[in-house]
Amino acid sequence: MAILNKEQAQQLLKKVLSYSKADECEINISGSEGGNIRYARNAVSTSGGVSQNSLVVSSAFGKKLGVATINEFDDASLEKVVRRSEELAQLAPENPEYVSFLGPQVYKESATYVPATGAIDPKFRADAVATSLKIAKDNKLVAAGFMQNSSGYSAMMNSHGLFAYNKSSNVDFNVTLRTEDGKGSGYASKGFNDVNKLDVASATKFAAGKATGSATAKALEPGKYTVILEPAASIVLLENMFFAMDARQADEGRSFLSKGDGKTKLGEKLVDDKVTIYSDPQHPEIPTSTWNGDGRPQEKINWINKGVIENLYYSRYWAEKKKVKAVPSPDGIIMEGTNASLEDLIKGTEKGILVTRLWYIRSVDPQTLLLTGLTRDGTFYIENGQIKFPVKNFRFNESPIIMLNNLDALGKPERCVSGESGISALIPPMRIRDFTFSSLSDAV
Amino acid sequence: MKRKEFIRNTSLGMGALFLPKSMLYARHVDPSVFLENKIDVAQKKRMADVALNAARSKGATYTDVRIGRYLNQFVVTREDRVENIVNTESFGIGIRVIANGSWGFAATDNLDTDSIAKTAALAVSIAKENARLLTEPVQLAPQKGYGEVSWKTPIEKNAFEVPMKEKVDLLMSVNDAAMKGGANYMNSLLFLVNEQKYFASTDGSYIDQDVHRIWPTFTITKIDAATGKFETRDALSSPMGMGFEYMNARPEDRIKGLAGTLYKNRYDMLEDARMGAQEIGLKMGAKSVEPGKYDLVIDPTNLFLTIHESTGHPTELDRVLGYEANYAGTSFLTLDKWKSGKFNYGSNLVNIVADKTQPYSLGAVGYDDEGVGTQEWDIIKDGTLVNYQAIRDQAHIIGLDHSQGCCFADSWSDIQFQRMPNISLRPGKVPMTPADIVKNVEKGIYIVGASSYSIDQQRYNFQFSGQLFYEIKNGKIGQMLKDVAYQSNTQEFWNACSAIADKSDYRLGGSFFDGKGQPGQISAVSHGASTTRFNGINVINTARKI
Repeated sequence: MAILNKEQAQQLLKKVLSYSKADECEINISGSEGGNIRYARNAVSTSGGVSQNSLVVSSAFGKKLGVATINEFDDASLEKVVRRSEELAQLAPENPEYVSFLGPQVYKESATYVPATGAIDPKFRADAVATSLKIAKDNKLVAAGFMQNSSGYSAMMNSHGLFAYNKSSNVDFNVTLRTEDGKGSGYASKGFNDVNKLDVASATKFAAGKATGSATAKALEPGKYTVILEPAASIVLLENMFFAMDARQADEGRSFLSKGDGKTKLGEKLVDDKVTIYSDPQHPEIPTSTWNGDGRPQEKINWINKGVIENLYYSRYWAEKKKVKAVPSPDGIIMEGTNASLEDLIKGTEKGILVTRLWYIRSVDPQTLLLTGLTRDGTFYIENGQIKFPVKNFRFNESPIIMLNNLDALGKPERCVSGESGISALIPPMRIRDFTFSSLSDAV
Repeated sequence: MKRKEFIRNTSLGMGALFLPKSMLYARHVDPSVFLENKIDVAQKKRMADVALNAARSKGATYTDVRIGRYLNQFVVTREDRVENIVNTESFGIGIRVIANGSWGFAATDNLDTDSIAKTAALAVSIAKENARLLTEPVQLAPQKGYGEVSWKTPIEKNAFEVPMKEKVDLLMSVNDAAMKGGANYMNSLLFLVNEQKYFASTDGSYIDQDVHRIWPTFTITKIDAATGKFETRDALSSPMGMGFEYMNARPEDRIKGLAGTLYKNRYDMLEDARMGAQEIGLKMGAKSVEPGKYDLVIDPTNLFLTIHESTGHPTELDRVLGYEANYAGTSFLTLDKWKSGKFNYGSNLVNIVADKTQPYSLGAVGYDDEGVGTQEWDIIKDGTLVNYQAIRDQAHIIGLDHSQGCCFADSWSDIQFQRMPNISLRPGKVPMTPADIVKNVEKGIYIVGASSYSIDQQRYNFQFSGQLFYEIKNGKIGQMLKDVAYQSNTQEFWNACSAIADKSDYRLGGSFFDGKGQPGQISAVSHGASTTRFNGINVINTARKI
């Protein structure tokens, strides 16, 4: 089935809803089409295309919920899936945390779909890879990379009159270039809703510069250093803080935001006052859907404002219990910065280390958000405002909370993609004092 | 479902970052659907032949077809209630071709004849489009066709046939035991997998397989209300290639560990929850470790993950060659080290074996996802690197005339590629118990259960934590420790291996979530080991204040 427009989706969902005999019924539908291409050792390796559709019916009798799904869309199949969800609901145990479906909501239009991205075909992807490979070969470097695009829609409707529709597109490109002797490595990663913003050549050249520049790395002693984290490095630390900002976890005493006796750090200043982090589905650089999976509108929300924890996100059940607004978890992270460039930050650094990327991030202690991981694909020593030489990679053990208390300076935010979770964010480069490197790695 | 949401919904926590594609796109279904025979073998063969013929007519010189039905069931509970029961089904076809010397792939969930033929044609057109970017054509190791064959995980009790009430009652009793034992919170989960996979290729194979896996797990949380500090203790279970019989431990499945009961082959979830509730109390008051060098005595419940990261990944040939350079990374075990025949990976006690055949293991299947019969082979012999993990299009690079049968895709919608088979440390050859090992340790730490793990992209530098740590002083297990993580370099660590318990202590650990590839795919893999000693390993203290 092709990607449905708003009217087609509405019509289909109305038909499905008309079959319902449950106390409450909600239907979600989604579909996507896309493709990908992978290359390594300066040649294409694997490549594919995939399309799929799915319709989910949730039926409830009292506090008993049943869910059934189908990917066939003839009338008989649609009625069958509604009946099946009702049968399942009758058999389900009562869920004491069940919350009725939402009533009608008002959503702003989203800017997540760009027709040019929807038009990407296998030839476009192969041409992009050819461009990237040429730069690699011209620089005597070995490339491995990946490009994927998809476009799709999602819509929902329920028996309380709620209807939501969103169409989106995205394209991701990332590439690693290595020197032929394996001593230097560089990386670039870009992701956009609008393919016109993607410059494969420029991203590949950026990675090439890092690869060539990192080839003669010297070993520095591990310890505490001033670091400049590029956005691709800091996002993988910040996202762990963000994923842990669930109100229930904090209220239950099992989060970095818990204080004991059921109290939390909500409303307290936890990090440097230069830190302001928010989400905004309408932001032109990082548009996201204006509603979440259970139909709640996504609005502009300050999460951390001038260092103060201003909001946590809630399930609808927990918000009802706590008698607060049920703010959903957002789809994009935006951190405020300044107009300073990365070069400006380097110029203002007496002694420090420039980090291109951090990798294999894992939680060591959830109560302090201590994380471990390693630098990768371009780590450089800075002295008197200049990059002096590449350095060998380090393992770090650091908490984003401690790190954001040691925040020295911010640059201009740019859109980046987490190499760990794949989420997109708008993050500035940042200079941090006393970042803890605990051992050296021989990896390039 | 987004991974992030799944993790939140299931309270699985930070560890579970990868989910099967078959789940992300999967449909929620009535559990009774699981017991339906969705589609018979003759019908699958007809569909496969449509794809094989369509691809050939468009110019493919090789084609393989995977028709997959992937079933998952999660029963998610906390304390005294069921949070979620999720039943998913994913069904579709993936068609892989070689045309003009290049790979092409396409997949669809629409299995009518026209759609299959169209998808096959798309795979061929993608291959042809990419052929201009090749440096050399794909070279496949020869593989004879097996004709029409089948394989099934040798389960005793199909977990999907066990009534939901029985599963819920078990988890409720487990939660109740932990809460009565003093826990503040208890999350438990039962995760069931059934992959019904059909493979056909132009080599003349038509292979029908029915693969079962199970993973019961929990996290106990205890909070000190006065200080706001909390600790967790995860289950000491292992995901296994078994049916519901895994949940029924017999006397011979219990091992009297150095500090508590451990499990072999089968698991007692209720007993583990009771034990865990006691241990978490001790963990709250445990001594924070003094950083420094220690002799580590590591139980298989922890060592399996170290084997996975430091031995399994660096011996994947695709990483060695650079195919994973942009994501999972490359490997320090470069071809020159293997060719020398002398590369000292570990002490001469260290023997590492690869297999896809070990009973109850997660990797066990009859045939891999490109129709190659599964095998067992040595990777490290007496401390020396002797082999890698290779599939059909890589075998020639290491002089093999056959694939080692370790090709896998996590869904019909993804391209199969080289994935880690079970990678295990062979048990010690001389009779030795964990107690025998500990009695010679002057200053050490005994480690049980897996927790935080991280390793660099070439697999040199790693850091692992665990669930339970006990001080070893002058040959005796002493008090519990906390805030422990061990950091080492792979080659130094395995050369510090000084004792391995014998086969009576051998157990499988494993992961459902080994992530690799772009788009990311997950794979389930087991790692066997006995309790093992490593001398003079660096231990750091992970306590911080925020």
